[in-house]
This record gives sequence, C-alpha cells and structure tokens, in this order.
Amino acid sequence: MSDEVHHDCCEHHAHHHELVVDGLSVRYGEVLALDGITFGTSCGNRLALVGPNGAGKSTLIKAIAGLVPRAGGTIRWRGTAVKRWSREFAYLPQREQVDWSFPITVRGLVEMGRYPQTGWWGRFGRDDDDAVDAALETLELADLAGRQIRELSGGQQQRAFLARALAQEAHVLLLDEPFSGLDRRAAGHLGELFHRLSHEGRLIIASHHQLESLPALFDEALLLDTRQLAFGAAETALDDPSLDPFFTAVTLPVGQP
Amino acid sequence: MTAELLQNPFFQRALAAGLLIGFANGFFSGFVVLRRHALSVSALSHTMLPGIAFGILAAGALTQLSAFLGALFAALVVGLGSVAVARGERVAQGTALAVIYTTAFAIGVAILPRLDTRQELEHWLFGDILAVGPADLWTAFAIGAVTLLTANLLMRPILLTLFEPHVAAAQGVPVRSIQYLVFALLVLSLVASLQAVGCVLSVGLLVAPAATVSLLTNRTPLLFWGGGLLGALGALAGIVLAAALSISAGPAIVIVLGTAFLLAWLLSPRYGLFARRTSA
Repeated sequence: MSDEVHHDCCEHHAHHHELVVDGLSVRYGEVLALDGITFGTSCGNRLALVGPNGAGKSTLIKAIAGLVPRAGGTIRWRGTAVKRWSREFAYLPQREQVDWSFPITVRGLVEMGRYPQTGWWGRFGRDDDDAVDAALETLELADLAGRQIRELSGGQQQRAFLARALAQEAHVLLLDEPFSGLDRRAAGHLGELFHRLSHEGRLIIASHHQLESLPALFDEALLLDTRQLAFGAAETALDDPSLDPFFTAVTLPVGQP
Repeated sequence: MTAELLQNPFFQRALAAGLLIGFANGFFSGFVVLRRHALSVSALSHTMLPGIAFGILAAGALTQLSAFLGALFAALVVGLGSVAVARGERVAQGTALAVIYTTAFAIGVAILPRLDTRQELEHWLFGDILAVGPADLWTAFAIGAVTLLTANLLMRPILLTLFEPHVAAAQGVPVRSIQYLVFALLVLSLVASLQAVGCVLSVGLLVAPAATVSLLTNRTPLLFWGGGLLGALGALAGIVLAAALSISAGPAIVIVLGTAFLLAWLLSPRYGLFARRTSA
C-alpha cells in the first residue's frame, strides 16, 4: 500500500510526528467548555479521551480538528503550529450527526477526502482515483462503493468515513465516539482496524466512554472533565484512587466487551 | 397542426425558453433537494410577487433587473423576518415563515393589479411562456448560464458545505458566503422561471426534477445533470401538451414534472413503492 511509504518513517523520527497540545481552552459564549488541556503524543498511538457526559470530549476532538474556535492555547503538529486546520488531520463525526439521507454513494463520500488535494477546481486525476480505490480496498468497502451511505450497517458507515480519512492521506484521525452504537462484532472489527492503522504510523484520537474496553483498544488515555484530570498509558492513567468518583460517572451501560 | 405551430415564432421562442429555463432550474433543483429546503423555496417563490411589485414601484418600470432586485429584497425581508420572529422561541420558524410569506404574497396580489404594467396578475401567478420575447429569451439564457457556470465551478465547496458545514468551514471553505451564493442563485432561478410558470408554480420546476432523479440514483452528479435534463424535457413536453390540449403552458409543465415524480415514486427499481413491496 502506497500509504506505508508516508507512515513507516514514524518509527525513526518520532519527534517529527508529535502532536503537542498546550493550554487548550474553548468557550461557548460564557461557558468554559475546556480549560487548559495540555498533552503530547505521537503518531503510532491510539489515544482515548475519557470523561463523563458534558466533560468536553467532543469539544476537544472538534477543537483539534479546527471545527470550533480555540479561546486559548496552541496545537503543534510535527513542530509546526496548527492555526486552524491541517490537511493531515481528519475529523470523523459522531454517527448521529451525519446526514445519512444525503444522496451520495460510498465512493462519492471517499472522493470528498481528495478535495483538499485537488482543490476546488483541480481535475480528479489518476492519483486521486488510485487513492480512493486503495482506501476502499483497505477498509473492505470496494464491493459497497456504489451504495448510498444510509444503506450501510453502523460498522460500515464508520469504515466509510475512515476510508475518506485515508483517501485524504490524513495522519491524525480524530473520531467522536466511534464505538457507540456498534454491535460486538463491528466494535471488534473497528478495534482491529485502529490497531492496524496506528501500526502503519497514524495517530488515532477518539472519545470513548467505556472503561473496561479501554486498555484493549487504546494505548493512552486522557481523562477530562472540562479540566484535564489525568493523562498517561491506557492501563495506568486511570489507576489514581483520587479519580474513583469519576469512574461511576464515566461508565455507561453499553453492550460491548 | 404541429407543423404549423413549429413555424410560429411565439411557439419557437416558448420552446427555446422552456428548454433553457427547464434545464437551469432542473439543475438547480439538485441543491434544493440536497438542502431539503422545498418549503423555503415555496415561501420564496410566493414572496417574489410583492418583490416584483416593489421593484416596479422603486424603479418605475419593470425590467428583469428590477424584478430580480425586488424579489431578492422581499426574499431577504421574509427570510430574515422569519428567523427574527423564531428567535423568541415561542413561534417555530416554519410557522413564522408561513405566516409572513402568505402575508407578503397577499400584499403582492393586492397591489400588483393596480400598478401600471402590461401583464395581468394571472401572468405573474402562473406564467405565460408564449409571451416570451427575444429579450426575455436572452435573459433566460444569461441567468441559466450564470447559474450553471457558478454552480459547476463551485460544486465541491458547495457540496462540502451542504453535507458537513462545520468540516467545510474547518477546511477553509467560506461556508457563509457559499450559503449566501446558493441563496442568490436560487432567487435568480426563481426570477428566470417566472416567465415560464409564474411564481406559484415555479416551486414545481425547482423541486420536482431532482426529487424525481433522487428516487432513481444515488450518484450526486446525476442529481444535477439528470435534474437539468428532466427539467428541460418536462418543460418541452408541457409546452407541446398545452398546445395540443389548449391549456396553459405553465400548469402543463408542472403537471408533466409532477407525473414524472409520481411514476418514479411508484416504479423506481430500487426505491419505488412496488420495489419495496416486493422486496419486503
């Protein structure tokens, strides 16, 4: 796969592929939604954002993706400050927020991932078609390419958006609650995909509200409730006994392992 | 009869105008269907009537430009007015829009006949494509060309904006400007269709073609080009049908397009009523 050429360099130059978030704050009008979030991670990792409802998990995802303006703080990716958006970032919305009845095929959706490359007027060339084909192939969607996006299962819909991110050649995948609403099999499949994509050198950041599955699905975890409460390896970051009160708030009954 | 009719310059111009307006409006109906804004289009089309009256009052005479500016002005007043009323949260925006646009329409119906113009009120309401003059034909051509050219040049940012406005904004698409542009093109299309089908029926031309195509395909580009093709064919068929049956052309066009929609709804191989029945 051609993408590996881009990504296998991460092993040797980890410092070039660092995402550093420093003092990130977001306000919605008067309300402080995020306060001084500070962490650093690098590509090849899977980072979970954990916290109770309304803690700002989605807001943090959107702030990194540039969808909501920052009230303060900086984001640096590979040593360069990200002003608003980087072509190497891809945002994958929560499934409930997508207009699934939009008359667009899976292939059409994945082609949208090439727009940042082609620009508004550029021809959709051979490279673009190849990138779309490769992304569809990687996510096992080639047979479904002609389907309208509503005619997919939940897991397939999630993969269609992942395919768009791959077509965009994004290095940082920002996902809002990717596992919510997926059945056990689809969740398992998505977990394997995360593992594979991160091994190819991508950085995966996802909000997640299921503590039991956290160590299996993610490498790192950031616990937040407007402020940042903990950050570290997925197995240990949440071990601090002082965080216990949050766990009751975080764990929601969801039918997945 | 037909050969004689085709020699008639009025009929020839009507066919040419139907082709141009039908294609441009059919193409644009793709955006209306994507935005799911059929109701607002209905409101906007009715708002054109007082807009035109206002244009005549302000400019002293009726030209396509004064009609367009008047329609744009009225559309803005009604559109923004409904948003402002709905801000109080007591009245839903759809409710506010319905009240305001019918009131605006009523004002138009009341004052247009009193103004000094050549056309009858009925002409404004239901169109009179056989009265199309050479100048009107050029205007229809110009509006169609501008709409098609702009929409095609900006197809990618427009699609991004319609599908995921927040993501589009993050990627540097000027979402607000694109939304205003689509709105302006919509008003322009409405003004163009006024001659053919009038302001009451123009909704048909601006919704039905792509709505029909959307029952037949999932490919977004086809929604636009297929809608254009269907709009053009529907307009031509409507004009011919009107001549054959001695009915007005505007209603005939809309009836043809409505019938096409109904047939697609029933018979679409994938999404039609019968297909769903048999697969269920």
